[in-house]
Amino acid sequence: MVLVIVPLLAGPYWADRGTMRLLIEVFYFLALAQLWNLLAGYSGLISVGQQAFVGLGGYSIFSLAMFAGVPVLWGLPLAGLVTALIAWPTAMIAFRLSGPYFAIGTWVIAEVFRLGFAQVSALGGGSGISLPTAMVKAMAVNRSARESLTYWIALGLMLVVLLGVWLLMRSKVGLGLLALRDNEEAAVSVGVRTRPLKFAVYIGVAGLTGMLGALIFLQKLRITPEAAFSVNDWSVLVIFIVVIGGIGSLEGPILGCILFFVLREFLADLGTWYMVILGIISVMIMLIEPRGLWGIITKRHPITLFPVAHRRVG
Amino acid sequence: MDWINAIVQGVLLGGLYALFAAGLSLMFGVMRFVNLAHGDFIIAGAFGAMVLVELTGLNPLWMLLVVVPVMGAVGYLGQRLVLNRVVGQDLLPSILVTFGFSVILQNLMQETFSADSRRLSAGALDTASFSLGSGLSVGAVPLLMFVAALLVLGSLNWFFARTNMGRLLRATSDDPEIIGLMGADRRHIFGIAMLLASAVVGVAAVLLAIKTNFDPAAGPIRLLFAFEAVIIGGLGNLWGTLIGGVILGVAQGVGAQIDPGFQVLAGHIVFLVILVLRPQGLFSRSG
Amino acid sequence: MSPLLDIMDLDAFYGDFQALFGVDFTVDAGEVVALVGANGAGKTTFLRTLSGLVPSAGQSIRFANQNIAGLPAFQIARNGIAMSPEGRRLFPSLNVEENLMLGENGGREGAWTKQAIFELFPILEEKRAIPATLLSGGQQQMVAIGRALMANPDLLLLDEVSLGLAPVIVRDIYAALPRILGSGASVVLVEQDIGMATQVSDRLYCLQEGRVSLTGASNGLTRQDISTAYFGRKKEAS
Repeated sequence: MVLVIVPLLAGPYWADRGTMRLLIEVFYFLALAQLWNLLAGYSGLISVGQQAFVGLGGYSIFSLAMFAGVPVLWGLPLAGLVTALIAWPTAMIAFRLSGPYFAIGTWVIAEVFRLGFAQVSALGGGSGISLPTAMVKAMAVNRSARESLTYWIALGLMLVVLLGVWLLMRSKVGLGLLALRDNEEAAVSVGVRTRPLKFAVYIGVAGLTGMLGALIFLQKLRITPEAAFSVNDWSVLVIFIVVIGGIGSLEGPILGCILFFVLREFLADLGTWYMVILGIISVMIMLIEPRGLWGIITKRHPITLFPVAHRRVG
Repeated sequence: MDWINAIVQGVLLGGLYALFAAGLSLMFGVMRFVNLAHGDFIIAGAFGAMVLVELTGLNPLWMLLVVVPVMGAVGYLGQRLVLNRVVGQDLLPSILVTFGFSVILQNLMQETFSADSRRLSAGALDTASFSLGSGLSVGAVPLLMFVAALLVLGSLNWFFARTNMGRLLRATSDDPEIIGLMGADRRHIFGIAMLLASAVVGVAAVLLAIKTNFDPAAGPIRLLFAFEAVIIGGLGNLWGTLIGGVILGVAQGVGAQIDPGFQVLAGHIVFLVILVLRPQGLFSRSG
Repeated sequence: MSPLLDIMDLDAFYGDFQALFGVDFTVDAGEVVALVGANGAGKTTFLRTLSGLVPSAGQSIRFANQNIAGLPAFQIARNGIAMSPEGRRLFPSLNVEENLMLGENGGREGAWTKQAIFELFPILEEKRAIPATLLSGGQQQMVAIGRALMANPDLLLLDEVSLGLAPVIVRDIYAALPRILGSGASVVLVEQDIGMATQVSDRLYCLQEGRVSLTGASNGLTRQDISTAYFGRKKEAS
C-alpha cells in the first residue's frame, strides 16, 4: 500500500504534464467509483443520477468564485457542502421510489438539473461558462504550481474517499448499510434505523461527489450543462468501472479503474466499439460472476487488501 | 387558442407516451423487472422500420406488420435465453444488465446508422389534419397515435381479462411462486409478458419514427418519459398509464407554449410534483 | 401393489439450514394420510418439497412409479400432485371463478370441473365474480381446495386448512373429503388439530424437528402416543 502511495505523492516531481493529467483523471474516477460502490454495492441504493452531484459541485465552485469571490481552494469544500445541502430535498423526492424506479428517478432528477442550469443565463445557459482567469491565477504562483496543487488535491480527495469508505464499512454503521442492502425489512425489524441511514449515506456521497465535481471542472476550467450533468461521463463509465472491477468490495473499483484506463489506451481509437465492448463485458460479468473480476480472482484465493467487517456473500 | 391547441396536442402526444409506458408497466407488473434499455429498444425498432422502408419503399405504417411481430419474438427469446436469468429477488443484476444493454444498443446503432437525426415520412399523412372548428386543428399523425394507444391498451386489457394466459399473467404479478402449483411454467409466462411488452414497443417505435426526429442517442429520454407516465398514472393500471401519458404530454405541451426549450423540463417538474404529493400515482391499484 | 407415493430418506434444506432429516413416507392409492407436529417441525417444508417449491434434486420421491425429485413445481403439478398451500395463497387480482380456472393449467382431464367444484362448495358459485381475497377465511379455503382439485390430481396436498377458521367451518370443509376420495384422489393433510387429524385420516405421521417420530394407523394411536411423539420422545405405535 505504502509502496504505491509514496511515489504517487511525489507525482509532480517525476511525472510530466500529460501523465499528471491522466493520474488526476484516474484519481477522481476511482473516487467516484468508490462512492458509487458505497451506494450500490454496500447500501443497495442503485443510482443512475450521480451526475447531478458532479454537475452541482462544478457549478457551485464556479458560482462561488464568480459571484461571491470565494477563492477556489475554499470553494472546493464549500461546493461539496452546497451539493450535500441540495441533495437533502433531492433525497426526499428520490426515496419515494425504490428499486429500479429509484434508479430511474435519480436520472430524472439529474436531467432536471441539466435542463434547469441550461436556462440560467447568468451561468452561460446552454453554452456554459469559463472560470475567470483572475480566479484561476489566484490559485497558485504559476501554472506548474497550479497543476501540482490540483494533482495533490485530487490525490488527497481520492485517499480521503478510500479511507472514509473503508473505515465506514468497518464500523457498525457499515454493518447497518449491509443489512439495509440485503433486506431492508429485516434490517428494520432488528432495529436498524434504515431511513436516516439511507439519507445519511446518500447525502454524504452526494457531498463528496460534489467536491469531486468541483475539482473536475476546476481542472477543466470551463463548465457546460452537457458536460456537467453528462450521464455518459459520470454514470455510465463509473458504473462500468465498478461492475467490471467488482461491485461490493473496495478492491473491485480499484481494479476496475486500472483496467478501464489501460483499455482506454488501447481501444480509444475504436470509438463507439469501445463502449460496446465495455458494455458486453459488464453484461457478461453480471450474468456469470456478479462480483466482478475481483470476485473471480478472490474465488480461488480469498485475499483482501481492505478488510471490512463483512464480505459480500453471493 | 394557441393554448388550447397546445393542450390538445399534449393529449394526443400522451397516447404515444402511454404506448412507451405500457410495455414498462407490463414488465414491472408481471416480473417486477424494469428494462433500462426500454427506450433504446423503441429507437431500435424505429431504425428497423427505417431499414424496411428503405428496402421496400412502402409507407412506414405497413412496417407495423413486420416490426411488431419481430420485436415480440425477439422479446420472447431474449427473456427465455437471457433475461430469465436475472429476473428475481436480486435487484442489482437486472438493473445493471439492462443498463449495459442500453449502452451497447446505443453505440451499435450509432456505429451502424451514424449519429444523424432522421424521421420517416408517412406520405400525405404527415401534413394531413382535421379541423375541429374555431381555429382548432388536429394532425392526422397525432390522432393516429392516440387511437393506436386506445386500441393497444384496450386489447391488452381484454387479453388480461378474457384469456387463460391473461389470467396467468395477472396471477403471476400477484404471486410468482405459487403459479407453478397451477401447472404453469413461469419461464414461459415471463416470456409472454416480454413478448407483449416488446410488441407494444414495436407499435410505439413505428409511430415515433413518423412523429418525430430520432437518432441513436434518443432512447434514454424515452425511458424517462415512459417511467414518468407510469409513475404519474400509478402502477398496476393500464388505463392509469394512459392518463399518466396524457398528463405528461399536456405538461410538456404547455411548457413548450411558454418556451420551446422548456418543454421536457416542464414534464419532469410536473412528474416530480406528483411524485411528492401522491407517490403511489393517481390511479394506483394498491393506493 | 406399490404405493402411490413412496418417499425414502428425504432431506430438505433452506439454504444452509436443514429442515428435514431422512424422512420416510408412503401413501397408498385411496388413502388419507395425516401429518402432524409442532410449529417448525417441518410439516409445511415437507409439502413444499413434495410439490416442488423447495428444491429436492438427488432425493428419492417416487410418485406413480416415477422419481419426481428435482422436477420444477409446474412439472410435478402436471404429473398429478396438487396443493392447497399454507395460508391459501389465492390471487387477489382474480375473482373466485378465475382462481379456480387457473387450476386447469395442469392439462389434466377428470371429474373436477368448475361446475363440480360449485356443487361441492355451493357458496362459491354465489360468490364467483368477487375478488377471491375478499371472501371470508373459510370461503377462501374452499377456493384454495377447489383450485387444487381443478387440476384433477391423483394426490391432493392440504396444508393447514383449519388455520384461523372456526371449528364449524373446518368440519364443513373436511366433510368434502369423501367426495374428493371418491373422484380417485388420495390425500395428504397437514393439520394442527390432532383430534381432527386422527378422525379424518387412515394413517398418521408425526414430525418432530424434521424427523418422523411416530407413524401408524390413525385409529390405533392414542393421544398419549401422539403427544409424546409431538414433543420429543420417539415411540413406535403398538
